[in-house]
Amino acid sequence: MMIQELIFYAHSLVLVLAAAMVITVRNPVYSALYLVLAFFSAAAIWLLLEAEFLAIILVVVYVGAVMVLFLFVVMMLDINLVPLKEGFSRYLPVAVLVAIVMAVELLMVLWSKGRLGVDMFPIPAPNPEGYSNTRALGELLYSKYLLPFEVAGVVLLVAIIAAIALTLRKRPGIKTQNPASQVRVSREDSVRLVKMKSEKPREV
Amino acid sequence: MNSAQMLLAAPEFWVLVMTCVIMIVDLFLSKQRQGIIHMLAMLTLVFAAIITLRGDYLVDGVLSVTAFAESFIRDPMGDVLKVFSFVLLGLIYTYAKYYLRCFKMFRADYYTLSLFALLGIMLLISANSMLMIYLGLELISLSIYALVAFDRNSSRGSESAMKYFVLGSMASGMLLYGMSMIYGATGSLNLVDIARALDSVGSNDVLLVFGLVFVVVGIAFKFGAVPFHMWIPDVYEGAPAAVTLLISSIPKLAAFAMAYRFLNSGLGDLHIHWQGMLASMAVLSIIVGNLAAIMQSNIKRMLAYSTISHMGFVFLGLIPNSAFGFGASMYYVIVYGIMSVAAFGMIILLSSRGEEAENLEDFKGLNQRNPYYAAIMGLVMFSMAGVPPMVGFFAKLMVLKAVIDAGMMWLAVTAVVFAVIGAFYYLRVIKYMYFDDPEIEIDMTAPVDFGAALTMNGLMIIGLGIFSSSLITICMASFGI
Repeated sequence: MMIQELIFYAHSLVLVLAAAMVITVRNPVYSALYLVLAFFSAAAIWLLLEAEFLAIILVVVYVGAVMVLFLFVVMMLDINLVPLKEGFSRYLPVAVLVAIVMAVELLMVLWSKGRLGVDMFPIPAPNPEGYSNTRALGELLYSKYLLPFEVAGVVLLVAIIAAIALTLRKRPGIKTQNPASQVRVSREDSVRLVKMKSEKPREV
Repeated sequence: MNSAQMLLAAPEFWVLVMTCVIMIVDLFLSKQRQGIIHMLAMLTLVFAAIITLRGDYLVDGVLSVTAFAESFIRDPMGDVLKVFSFVLLGLIYTYAKYYLRCFKMFRADYYTLSLFALLGIMLLISANSMLMIYLGLELISLSIYALVAFDRNSSRGSESAMKYFVLGSMASGMLLYGMSMIYGATGSLNLVDIARALDSVGSNDVLLVFGLVFVVVGIAFKFGAVPFHMWIPDVYEGAPAAVTLLISSIPKLAAFAMAYRFLNSGLGDLHIHWQGMLASMAVLSIIVGNLAAIMQSNIKRMLAYSTISHMGFVFLGLIPNSAFGFGASMYYVIVYGIMSVAAFGMIILLSSRGEEAENLEDFKGLNQRNPYYAAIMGLVMFSMAGVPPMVGFFAKLMVLKAVIDAGMMWLAVTAVVFAVIGAFYYLRVIKYMYFDDPEIEIDMTAPVDFGAALTMNGLMIIGLGIFSSSLITICMASFGI
């Protein structure tokens, strides 16, 4: 029990610190890397909860695919943030005021008696032997949460269509590949046989 | 779950399947034959309406049926809202086709994206769990963000799409945060279970009220109520008129359904807490919307601020948390959709010369150019101002009655005073049309279907006003009155 708690607190601490760093560091590349760290810590906490499938998906999909893509975009766009940040401090007083009000409200909720203390939430009991997290998840997704699951798929479809509709345009004079015509290429298009008289050795 | 339960969502399935069909058919169509897309979309709407109306699912004494593990609910209120969404979208498509042709933007993407938005609207109307509410909302929002930037050559369109996207994501984040608090307090995503859990937790639980605040913020953003209205004028102005038409009408029907389900079915016991929030936002919306609209010279911005004030009136009906109030609100939101579609249809009609008719001056002397369309615009403006016997008057009357019944006289008085102030800018449009000389002499021609749709729209505004009890009865019956 002791070791588990130790692992939990260590990862929680890293998670919170990394999340704080994501929004405070100035360099967007560091920011993305801290987000990777936050995802890793969250995955570790999920592992402690015996949610192996979710933990692995978080690492594979978010760290492996999404964040790498993120880094690509950050590096390729190379946005100069200085002109964007100009005049930011003008809104500082209002922002600070709103932040303080929200922080106070949050703290009031957190400290309200008997609602959010650690003692309110029992330690989750370990699952019985032979329990498969992946199987349980799959059964829920295709029974109780069938409709939300399908609708989430539709949302992704809309995202694809929207991205294509906004970026794909046919402009004349652009050198692009046409895969169809590339595939349809035949020998006659590029190879030409030329009849030539064979060379004869010069008579000496 | 059995197949009979699944069939409750038949209209949604039909719309989804047809949207995918349209997407694929578009690949095989040449530029000249793209009109087929329009026909297919209209066909989708007609059959969706038929399927919805023919749904025979209610047993005696039961007001609603759920499916998909209680995450989907089918009830008369949802059916009425859905059918009106189909009707309004049919009108929108007719207007938009003309606009897209004039501006050489006719692409099937407009139809697929707006049908996906319709699917989101239908799912949100029928959502019975926080998960479905969020997914329906995102489906609507994502489609509309893309539609706002539909004119890719317009930098204003991209800018307003970006603004909408950033603010919309913030609002979604707020909503999700509130939902997580409510989930934490009640342990359920399902609205029915949440209502049940509220009985044991009690209505003064600080965690629940905290979550409620964020949920109300999310709902208010969707409606565009003050102080979460900032996006409305910019998006209305920046988006192409064919898209503004869409944004300003049917998503509001879904927003009403979402507010009703969340605040009444789910968090009805927290009524004392959300009542004050909604009341202050309603008053602010009516005041800010009407005062700011007076100062606008751009008609799209003017209508945007008018939307804000109308949403304040919709909130008025929600405040009492009574069946009559919800019925009145529902009536208002449907009527508002009809009026708004007609108003933007007129803007499209005037902007057929390669440039959008954005300024109020474009309406100058409309009566001399075409008295028929001027009369329809006059009807729309009178109705929005709330002049009897137009339908807008009865909508205002009903929500005010709901508020007075709840004993909030001051709210009703404020609303009426500012509605009178607001009448100024509606009447200004009429003054431009009838008492000024036209600046341009261009005869106005529109395709037959456009004229027919506009005529029908105008008839709805006056017909539903004269025979006002018909729609009012339907709305009240949805809430069991």
